[in-house]
Amino acid sequence: MARRTFSIGGVHPADSKISRDCRIEALPLPPTVYISVAQHIGAPAVPVVAPGDKVKVGQVIAEPGGFMSAYIHSSVSGTVKSIGPRKDLAGNLQTYVEIAVEGDEWLETIDRTETVVTTIPEDPKAIIEKIKLGGVVGLGGATFPTHVKLSPPPGKKCEMLIINGCECEPYLTSDFRTLLEKGEQVIIGTAIIKRSLGVGKATIAIEDNKPEAIAHIESLLEKFKAESDSYSGIEVMSLMKKYPEGGEKQLIDAVMRRQVKSGGLPIDVGAVVQNVATALAVYDAVQKNKPLIDNSVTVTGECFPRQANLLVRVGTPLNFIIDHLGGMPADTAKVISGGPMMGKAIANLEASTLKGTGALLFLTGEQTRRKPESNCIRCGKCADACPMGLEPYLLNRLYKAGDTDALEENAVQDCIQCGCCLYSCPAYIPLLDNISLARGQVMGIMKARAAAARAAAEAQKSNK
Amino acid sequence: MDRLLVSPSPHIHSKTSTKSLMRDVVIALLPAVIVSIVFYGWKELLVISVSVLSCVLLESLITRYMLRKPDTICDWSAAVTGVLLALNLPPTTPWWVVLIGAAVAIGVAKMTFGGLGQNVFNPALVGRVFLLISFPTYMTHWEIPQGLFGLDAVTGATPLGVIKEGLMQGGDVAGIMAENGYSYSQMLLANIGGSAGEASAIALLVGFVYLLVRKVIKPWITLSVLGTVAVVSLIFSLIDPAQYTGPLFNLLSGGMILGACFMATDYVTSPMSTKGGIVFGVGIGFITLMIRYFGAYPEGMSFAILIMNSTVPLLNRWFHQKKYGRA
Repeated sequence: MARRTFSIGGVHPADSKISRDCRIEALPLPPTVYISVAQHIGAPAVPVVAPGDKVKVGQVIAEPGGFMSAYIHSSVSGTVKSIGPRKDLAGNLQTYVEIAVEGDEWLETIDRTETVVTTIPEDPKAIIEKIKLGGVVGLGGATFPTHVKLSPPPGKKCEMLIINGCECEPYLTSDFRTLLEKGEQVIIGTAIIKRSLGVGKATIAIEDNKPEAIAHIESLLEKFKAESDSYSGIEVMSLMKKYPEGGEKQLIDAVMRRQVKSGGLPIDVGAVVQNVATALAVYDAVQKNKPLIDNSVTVTGECFPRQANLLVRVGTPLNFIIDHLGGMPADTAKVISGGPMMGKAIANLEASTLKGTGALLFLTGEQTRRKPESNCIRCGKCADACPMGLEPYLLNRLYKAGDTDALEENAVQDCIQCGCCLYSCPAYIPLLDNISLARGQVMGIMKARAAAARAAAEAQKSNK
Repeated sequence: MDRLLVSPSPHIHSKTSTKSLMRDVVIALLPAVIVSIVFYGWKELLVISVSVLSCVLLESLITRYMLRKPDTICDWSAAVTGVLLALNLPPTTPWWVVLIGAAVAIGVAKMTFGGLGQNVFNPALVGRVFLLISFPTYMTHWEIPQGLFGLDAVTGATPLGVIKEGLMQGGDVAGIMAENGYSYSQMLLANIGGSAGEASAIALLVGFVYLLVRKVIKPWITLSVLGTVAVVSLIFSLIDPAQYTGPLFNLLSGGMILGACFMATDYVTSPMSTKGGIVFGVGIGFITLMIRYFGAYPEGMSFAILIMNSTVPLLNRWFHQKKYGRA
């Protein structure tokens, strides 16, 4: 049987999962944490503590700043030192809450025992409220507030929940380790999300370069299904390893054989996608009352002295993590937050981790420095690689010509910025760099046009 | 660590580069080069050496002293043009004719358009066709393969030329073939008169499979060229087997394999999309046969490819990839 995967494009970078055998270990507490109020897509949270306040682990320190926002909790116990601007990973100023760590005192409401709670709450509303109070956001990369995603707009019905365990980026192993070490919790988290959406089917999608994880989750599921009806309808699906399988649109295509329309949402085709790490966070928030205060971070790279998968408290300075593992190798040229295909290069190692920080990757100049650009040889490899079926060489040319109409016609706004085009370009043309700029321009124009159309429609209505 | 690189993603790159792709094409052509040297001897070695060296040297001189740009010969594309040009010439071609062909291929067909990736027409074919029109005597007299150490070289016409000539004198296909002792197994393995690259279909196919395995090219253009030639020549030969040569003859003669595998599949001068590539290939196959059957020249592959090269911008405009979520 043909191995199942998404239907358009994709590339096969070397796996490089050199930290796959490293168990998740808890990183010791740093002396100080810096917790950002902007750890999710949407409005930054509003701090509700003041300098001098004593806080405990799990205590709310910032409340949602709007509908699309999330709670932020203290990841440590100690004293709030300051609230103010600091440089984030990219070097941009952002509001951080600085907390000096004193001991490790947790809120009493949090269940810190190892007991696995398998009984799923009945009421979807109560589940979503708990997820919201737990500050859970999507940990697959986008940090979309989970409670918002689990409340589909009226009229839209979810037909399948997909739990994304693809981890298709090279090097990353934290989801893999989570599946192996916290498999029960991921399955329970899946069942909770399934209940909250009122959907019958859930698929845990795992790429076939992780056979141990597939086997482990399958055997656990069998056990769970024998014990309770709450787990029926949950299946494991093995997918052929191909990047970017974990992209939301690609994953829906691979699992459901449906494609989200341009500009549409997954729920339009009846899908909701959540990451494995998010499922674990949902379990913690709903079953254990434990808000999202720590997450697994893969620290890796051929040049790095020690490979690791660490359980890191949110707000831990990157320098502290690096020093704990033996310090930064001299030949490091680039440190990346996330994977090598879509991760962001870090400009500031004094910054601290966010809820969505899934990996720190260290690359040498030889591994990462781009070769000089040469002429396009029209090989079409970029178009073959694009998982959205775009023609990157054409978009690049149109961007250089400044032709925004043609860019829109050729669907530059559909770009998911996976990097397959630039990865596969034999001439090292900065395709994605230019396409991202073009996409920004075109999306700006489309937004302005939509706003103008709305305004015109309203003006017409009020005239009548 | 105040010297961290900060640049946009992706942060890694595939091992494939323009250089590695072009080098693979040269490697894929090696079996054909070796076979042609074995069959045609030192003369062929001279043709290939002059062609490759002059292509590389000319590109280097033009980029350095006329365009005043960094030298591009390290990308191996000039070497590819050199080998392809040599395989398209008779082994008896004088060295100075080869040099002129190289100058036209690199100087006119490639560098005037802006170098690699910018040219509309396949440089090696432009060079070949220029020579065919300018030096018909040298270009239509072919040596019958005599082997590396063969002493008495015999010259003659190619099977396509012989058949065209015979048909014009009122003969029929089967009769002419029998008269000249042509057999298909001979044409497949080697040992027919022709340009060096026509010598062995097998050697060329080995190289073609190498390119497919290395994922340098996709098979669609080649298959559609060969498929079209097979189907159309089958129809014609069924209508009148005395006047029209059949599929096997057409597939194995006149640089068909060389053209379909290595010339039509040139990245720069072929369409980007698979659908466009298939239309492109069908066009080449059809035009080739029309020239062979009804044209003044016995061989139509070079002209067919050049004609279809000129349609590539249109084909790229008409045929697009299937986009996600935009059915």
